[in-house]
Amino acid sequence: MENLWYVAGTIFQLWMFVVVFFIMLPAMFGLSLGVTEVYIQVLVKILEVITTSGSAGCLAGIIERVGGSMEEEMWQLRCSQPEAAGAFCLSDGVYFCKKGLESIVEDQVTQRFSSEELASWNLLTRTNQNFYYISLRLTIIWGLGVFVRYCVLLPFRIALASTGISWLVIGTYVVGFLPESSAKNWLSELVHLTCYRICARGLSATIHYHNKKNRPQKGGICVANHTTPIDVVILANDGCYAMVGQTHGGLLGILQKSMVRSCPHVWFERSEMKDRNTVTRRLRHHIAAKTKLPILIFPEGTCVNNTSVMMFKKGSFEIGGTIYPVAIKYDRRFGDAFWNSSKYNMVSYLLRTMTSWAIVVNVWYLPPMIIQDGEDAAQFANRVKSVIAHQGGLLDLAWDGGLKRCKVKDSLREEQQKMYSNIIVGQNHVRTTKTCSETREDQ
Amino acid sequence: MGSSRSSLRRVPDGQQLLQETGFSAAVLLRLHQRFQFLDKDSRGHLRSEDLEAELSENPMGDRIVGAFFQPGQETVDFPSFVRVLAHFRPTEKNRTRGGEQPEPANSRNRKLKFAFQLYDRDRDGKISRTELLQQVLREMLGLQVTEEQLQSIAERAIQEADLDRDHAICFDEFRKSLEKVNIDHKMSVRFLE
Repeated sequence: MENLWYVAGTIFQLWMFVVVFFIMLPAMFGLSLGVTEVYIQVLVKILEVITTSGSAGCLAGIIERVGGSMEEEMWQLRCSQPEAAGAFCLSDGVYFCKKGLESIVEDQVTQRFSSEELASWNLLTRTNQNFYYISLRLTIIWGLGVFVRYCVLLPFRIALASTGISWLVIGTYVVGFLPESSAKNWLSELVHLTCYRICARGLSATIHYHNKKNRPQKGGICVANHTTPIDVVILANDGCYAMVGQTHGGLLGILQKSMVRSCPHVWFERSEMKDRNTVTRRLRHHIAAKTKLPILIFPEGTCVNNTSVMMFKKGSFEIGGTIYPVAIKYDRRFGDAFWNSSKYNMVSYLLRTMTSWAIVVNVWYLPPMIIQDGEDAAQFANRVKSVIAHQGGLLDLAWDGGLKRCKVKDSLREEQQKMYSNIIVGQNHVRTTKTCSETREDQ
Repeated sequence: MGSSRSSLRRVPDGQQLLQETGFSAAVLLRLHQRFQFLDKDSRGHLRSEDLEAELSENPMGDRIVGAFFQPGQETVDFPSFVRVLAHFRPTEKNRTRGGEQPEPANSRNRKLKFAFQLYDRDRDGKISRTELLQQVLREMLGLQVTEEQLQSIAERAIQEADLDRDHAICFDEFRKSLEKVNIDHKMSVRFLE
């Protein structure tokens, strides 16, 4: 019995040593030991080797998919006749016909993937829905991958994530004892950054930030597209934000209470959230004092699958102040980060995420925007949305994300219709009632 | 690939389909596997729901599914499935045929006919203005355009293609309107060996 305690104690000491020296200290200084980068490179190499060697014929499927985007294909179908632009041509149906036949003959996980990505299976069964027994070698490699992911990576990641979160709770609780001063703010930022970076390591997240000069400033509002709760960790790795949300009970409630001790996050009671005016007033109060951290808001109100941006709720844009848009795009090769809350609850989602290969994400900071004269909140919201969609390479949909729970498939069809209508109607600069504030200068 | 020929015995009408459609034995086998995958309840035939699941994102999905089913039929068996897919084989350039042989499924004319029937769902030989406006265009564009825009788009399309001024597009007018399009390339799916 004593031996068991001794062993547990040693393991714990070893773990603490590793975490403090290899993870926490670099995280505090914003440095990276480069382990995750090397891991990602090795992973990419392995996936390349698998897909280009021998099994290419089997893995690539029955048909060869060539062709570019819908726009390119339509252009070619119309024989590059400029007078055909902005109108329907009978040849347009041929594009959809061919795409449809391709889908019937061969499964496609989503139509967002290019043919190149589709040909390379990333060894996660969840992305290959018709897992045929293709070859013994591939199955062995896949089995090895399962072992590595579930038995090596998962425990490590869970331990790391729990360490990160518990240190966040403890750290912010301790910092909360200090009197209000710049020292406290500095310390609070340090604690937040360090712990979020530890959590990011716990997901093997590689984040590329672009245009850091546009980073959200104090007294502003940061607005981003929402794919997963992990977005918060991704953004908080590079800066400190004041979170907005509902107070919860349980573990999350403990986290919220201690976080608000060290820096002013904005937590609402459930009853308060229903009253739009209360919410707006409190947020306005927050940004009026220009010294407080920028507020982080996800105006879509729900998680979206990261191929398109849904309608932004205008409430966030009625507060005033400077809006700092941020576009977040996940690289699907290493694992799908999207949280489909109707399909998975939080725990199974975290399990899936922690058993993916890695999270690779691009974050673009966009120049700040202010509401113009003669523009109402809804138009401003649409303007910000199209800027974010354009930067992230996402499709700009005028569709309420709240409806998505029952209509996931409809939204995919609507994306196709939207792309097609851009080709037909876009050139005419016609404004439709739905998207009245969007201009088509970029067409 | 010698084993393909022998496993072809499991495919219904295998030998006949080889000759009729021009698919190789290997491709026919893969298509049979695919058919069995789509046939989730292993009935030996497909219903429209099985195909619709794959085409949920395609604006013309329902029409394409409809093309697989003969009028009045609700199921499609494997030979019919393959016969439809045969339209999408790339055209062979140097194939000569005698007068008695039936036109191959993947000839330019047959491909155009297939595309025409996607628009002309009631198979009356004409794409009427109503058909184009209320069905085809509405499906392809959904709620992304207003009613007025839809009307003007349909008007313009009919004007361009309707040469004999009968307010409908018949197959010959359709073919004329697509004469410059490389149908062989755009309506072919390259099957890997």
